[in-house]
Amino acid sequence: MSKIHVTATVNGDSVEFLADPRETLLDALRDHLGLIGSKEGCGTGDCGACSVLLDGRLVSACLVLGVEAEGHEIETIEGMAGPDGTLHPLQRKFIEHAALQCGFCTPGFLVASKALLAKTPDPTEEEVRYWLAGNLCRCTGYDKIIRAVMDAAAEMRGAA
Amino acid sequence: MVEVHLWSGLKRLTDGEITVAVEAATVGEMLDALTRAHPGLAPVIEVGVSAAIDGEIVNGRHVAIPPGAEVFLLQRLKGG
Amino acid sequence: MAKDEMNPAFKLIGTRVLRPDGLDKVTGRARYGADFAAPGMLFGAAVRSPHAHARIKRIDATRALALDGVKAVVTRADFPTGLTGEDWNLQENCMAGDVALYDGHAVAAVAATSALLAQDAAKLIEVEYEPLPHVTDVDDAIKPDAPAIRPGAADHSVPDGMPPNVVRYFEFGHGDLDAGFAEADIVRAQTYRTEATHQGYIEPQACVGQLGADGKGEMWVTTQGQWYVRWMCAAVLGLETAQLRVTPSEIGGGFGGKTTVFIEPLSLALSRKAGGKPVKLVMSRSDVLRATGPTASASMDVKIGMKADGTMTAGRAEFRMQGGAFPGSPLNEALECAFAAYKLPAVEHIGHEVLANRPKAAAYRAPGAPMAAFAVESLVDEIARELGLDPIAVRLKNAVREGDRSSYGPRYKSIGLVETLEAAKAHANYAAPLGPNQGRGVATGYWFNHNGDTSVSMAIAEDGTAQVSVGTPDIGGSRASLGLMVAETLGIPYEHVRVNVVETGALGINEPSHGSRATFASGKAAVIATEQAIAEMCRRAAAEWGIEPEAVDWVEGAAQPAGPNAGKFPPMKIAEIAGQMSSTGGPIAGHYEGLPEGVGASFGTHVVDVEVDPETGRTTILRYLVVQDAGRAIHPAYVEGQFQGGAAQGIGWALNEAYIYGEDGRLQNAGFLDYRIPVACDLPMIDTVIVEVPNPGHPYGVRGVGETGITPPLPAVANAIAAATGARLRRLPMNPPAVLAAIKAVRGG
Repeated sequence: MSKIHVTATVNGDSVEFLADPRETLLDALRDHLGLIGSKEGCGTGDCGACSVLLDGRLVSACLVLGVEAEGHEIETIEGMAGPDGTLHPLQRKFIEHAALQCGFCTPGFLVASKALLAKTPDPTEEEVRYWLAGNLCRCTGYDKIIRAVMDAAAEMRGAA
Repeated sequence: MVEVHLWSGLKRLTDGEITVAVEAATVGEMLDALTRAHPGLAPVIEVGVSAAIDGEIVNGRHVAIPPGAEVFLLQRLKGG
Repeated sequence: MAKDEMNPAFKLIGTRVLRPDGLDKVTGRARYGADFAAPGMLFGAAVRSPHAHARIKRIDATRALALDGVKAVVTRADFPTGLTGEDWNLQENCMAGDVALYDGHAVAAVAATSALLAQDAAKLIEVEYEPLPHVTDVDDAIKPDAPAIRPGAADHSVPDGMPPNVVRYFEFGHGDLDAGFAEADIVRAQTYRTEATHQGYIEPQACVGQLGADGKGEMWVTTQGQWYVRWMCAAVLGLETAQLRVTPSEIGGGFGGKTTVFIEPLSLALSRKAGGKPVKLVMSRSDVLRATGPTASASMDVKIGMKADGTMTAGRAEFRMQGGAFPGSPLNEALECAFAAYKLPAVEHIGHEVLANRPKAAAYRAPGAPMAAFAVESLVDEIARELGLDPIAVRLKNAVREGDRSSYGPRYKSIGLVETLEAAKAHANYAAPLGPNQGRGVATGYWFNHNGDTSVSMAIAEDGTAQVSVGTPDIGGSRASLGLMVAETLGIPYEHVRVNVVETGALGINEPSHGSRATFASGKAAVIATEQAIAEMCRRAAAEWGIEPEAVDWVEGAAQPAGPNAGKFPPMKIAEIAGQMSSTGGPIAGHYEGLPEGVGASFGTHVVDVEVDPETGRTTILRYLVVQDAGRAIHPAYVEGQFQGGAAQGIGWALNEAYIYGEDGRLQNAGFLDYRIPVACDLPMIDTVIVEVPNPGHPYGVRGVGETGITPPLPAVANAIAAATGARLRRLPMNPPAVLAAIKAVRGG
């Protein structure tokens, strides 16, 4: 099958790649653009490890075709820290709260949490738990993840 | 002499004995002596066993067995 | 070192330092199994049996090989013959021989220039099957007329006359059982069943393998044990073990499921057949669920005798377990853990291991112990309730202490069961008021912990910083814990130590990160290696000062004269000694190879409050408390993380997770949508209490904490549901339909 030329913006940079029409956005990010931070845990949209922002909206990259990225803006875990490497408060709080063990689900949790805080800067614990219900973690029991997100939200509101 | 406590399922292989006394100063000597005394135990020991010496589970053949120690034979444990 | 000699005034041990792998993991830079690429790499895909049990009559790869870009196809014919024992089991499980033994069993594999092409080619490989009768349920598989899955697979332990699928038989115990039951005021017997569950690591198995015609190979792989991957691949493929070099990636969860091989030998076989090009294989989630992991399913009869005051007089457990179409279920571990918390004058254990048409069980966190706890801790609770006794009081009355004989034979060394029970009793959660339809459950759990083959090396760098090379992949923060122990021992800042998980070429053999052993065994080994380096640094200082090495002490990161008689010299700091090492005798390093003795077992007690919706049968976890003996918490946050993660997995096993097989013997829920692990909104915060009864067998008192935590949740949740509803569930999972049916049965409706 012939490949299709795709132009998109990823983490603020203009990118081009050739996609097989059957490839997902996750395949494109990982295999064509070298952005391996988004993970494939299921390939069916159940685990959230491939969470990215598509024009600011939270999506599972495994459920979007690579060719659908044409003309759109995508933000991945690799674009979360500042250009000089300064960590986003969520990234810092995940480390400080020991909110990760194996770390495989962490990029997805961080991207999803950022999307939550953009919409809801002062979430309740219940709101955080329901928003993140699409992201699976098998190591932590979620306790420290929830605490890290709440703490990062407080800091970002200037309430910490 | 070391008194080795076997698990009761091994009775079939030891003419009904559940405790076997053998001359041994190390775990390896104990296992070899058990096999000599009861050849039926050979496949069990080959598959892998652990010994508990005074409550400590050990796997090395050269671990010394102190005089008067309480020794149990256990199936080798796995972990996740 | 005896308990009272241990110095509690640590500078670093017990602090919550930042993990060294944190930055890479929050920025997406950390590289896991599927993140490796090699130049000229091909991509593989496996063909898997759609049948639970079928003779493979013909495999034809002609059409697949005709596709442009398809480079190699392998079947069992490409593997050596004549293997025996566990080597044969591994080979047979990685690639079926004459018969496919379960839904998902690999029968062929293909390598091509892209992943999509490999998947297309796999669909073109024609396999002709002759379906055979199958059995997937443990109680069906043990029937005398069940389809015989592998005649002749029974080992020496099975007495004559057992049903055809019984492959291992086990009995042990002590004391006069009849007298014990006769002494009891109440004797109760029940049967409990648990379904198979999967480890559920979020990262699927993935590897890149390369094998040349010269028999030299390389592998990059996500694994709990790179040396296990090495020997297993070598055994399955008939290679010389040391010619294979295995490099572990970051690991996206394992929980026991990554202590063995599935696709790894296939990638090497494909590589060899494709002229030595590297081949990448990544499993899909559905392949992971169908063909890797899971744990055993169990059917368990338990009988307990108790006096009216709560004293237990006798216990009996007869378990049947299936671990798939191969021997290797955690039967003896289950039985040995069953009554481990109780001081019993008479106890008997009987176990039957049964084959069924399911994937080969792999280790899963405290293998066997959660099922055993579900049966025994449920029945203890049932009897305590009948006698009107407090569940913690009953457990305290019968709790084993140091020096007591264990239910499985040996006497306990230092243990902390009583301390965990007392801490649970004193916790606010145990007194929290309960509303309607709410109930509280208590259960204890046990895991032995394990030492295992361990090799560690450490070395001092030119500026006085330190590197540590370990063979146990970091699955729960062990690099941070090991760094803390080495820094504490050296007397230097934690940030000056780098801990690396290294490839197989760098050290002697290591067992995987399993058996809760990484922080215990690699930690003890790292401390011993560090002490060697310290002794060498003391010798260098002594030579410089012209005094005896024995007259030099190591204090706070520096060599100093041991006393006034040794001479008057200012302390010589590690950076100074290190900076001069090339002119004072060369490299300074230490190493350890051995089986670190002194393993300390870990007991835990959990308390859970639930609310059950009487209309739907849905159970909500309101509060959850984990109390466990850590020996000493090197990094408390990671100890809490193990407690909380274990509890969450146990809650999933209790309430929802299960392998569901259809009449056709196929797995019905091979995806995360239908095999539903707990999500964030299913759980509350998980409270933890770290009990510290130091293990005298470890320089810093470590016991190992990874596994015990998954054990108590199964019965604790069942006990809480019984308290909330009056309905006792003796089969897992306790999902809403099961709970609702149990409630209706109690109410007579």
